[in-house]
Amino acid sequence: MTALGALFYLLAAVLLGAAILTATRRNPVHAVCCAVVVFLAVGGLFAVLGAPLPGVLMVVVYAGAIMVLFLFIIMLLGLPAGDGPLPAGRLLVPGILGAATLLALFVLIGADPAAQTLLPAAQASPAAVGTLLFDTYWLAVEAVSILLFAALAAALLLGRGRPGPGQPATGGRGA
Amino acid sequence: MNIPLSHVLAVAAALFVIGGAMAAARRSILMILIGVEFMLTAGSLAFVGAALAWGNVSGQAAVIIVMGLASAEAALGLALLVHGRRSGGTVDADSYARLGGDA
Repeated sequence: MTALGALFYLLAAVLLGAAILTATRRNPVHAVCCAVVVFLAVGGLFAVLGAPLPGVLMVVVYAGAIMVLFLFIIMLLGLPAGDGPLPAGRLLVPGILGAATLLALFVLIGADPAAQTLLPAAQASPAAVGTLLFDTYWLAVEAVSILLFAALAAALLLGRGRPGPGQPATGGRGA
Repeated sequence: MNIPLSHVLAVAAALFVIGGAMAAARRSILMILIGVEFMLTAGSLAFVGAALAWGNVSGQAAVIIVMGLASAEAALGLALLVHGRRSGGTVDADSYARLGGDA
C-alpha cells in the first residue's frame, strides 16, 4: 500500500469515528467540535483524491465559516448543555434503519464492476477547475449566487425580529 | 494509489447514513442541521471519487456548487432557528406543533 493509500484509510477512520461521536454527544459544543474534525478529515480526503481546490475550500468554508457560525449560535442562544452520550434507546430505531440502509448500499457498491477499478494518483489543478466552472457551468454559478443572496435577505428578515404594533418595520432591535 | 472507487463510495455511504440517522435521532434543530450538512458532504465525497475515477474535472466543479448550496442552507436554517427560539422559546423540533391546534 502506498503512502497515499494509507493516508486515505487513516483519514476515513478519523472521519467516521468523529461523525459517530458528533451524532451521539449531548453537549452541542462538543458535537460541533467533533463536526469540525469531520470536515477537516473530509478536506484531507479531497486532497488525497486529487482535488486540492475543493479540499482547501472545505477547510475554509465548512470547518472555518459554517461550523464557527454554529458555535456562535450555540453561544448566542445559550442552548441547554447535556453531558455524555445520548441514551441508547433514542439511537436504537435510527441506528437499526441506518445499518440496514448501509448494508443495502454496500451490497449495491460491491456488485458494481465499474466501482472495482483502482483509482489513479492524479491531481486536478485549481486553474482547470476554475476555468471549467466559469466556462461551462457559469449558469449554475449564477444560480448559486442568486440563491446565496436570497438566503442572505431571508436571514436578515428573520433575524430582525418582529416589530411592535406601533413601530415601523425598519429597525435593528429584535422584539 | 491502490484504492478502488468502491472504498471511496463506501466511506461516502457510511457518512451519509450517519448524517441521516443523526437527523432522525436528535431533537435539537441545531443537531438536525449538522446531520444534513454531513449528508451533503457525503455527496461531495462521492463526486470527488467519481471525478478521479473517470478523469473528469466536472465532479470537482459540482462539489463547489454543492458547497454554495450547503452554506445557503446553513445560513437560512440558523436564521430560522434563531427566529423560532425567539418566538417559541425552544429549539426542540418536537415542540413546533402550533399548527396542531392544542399547543
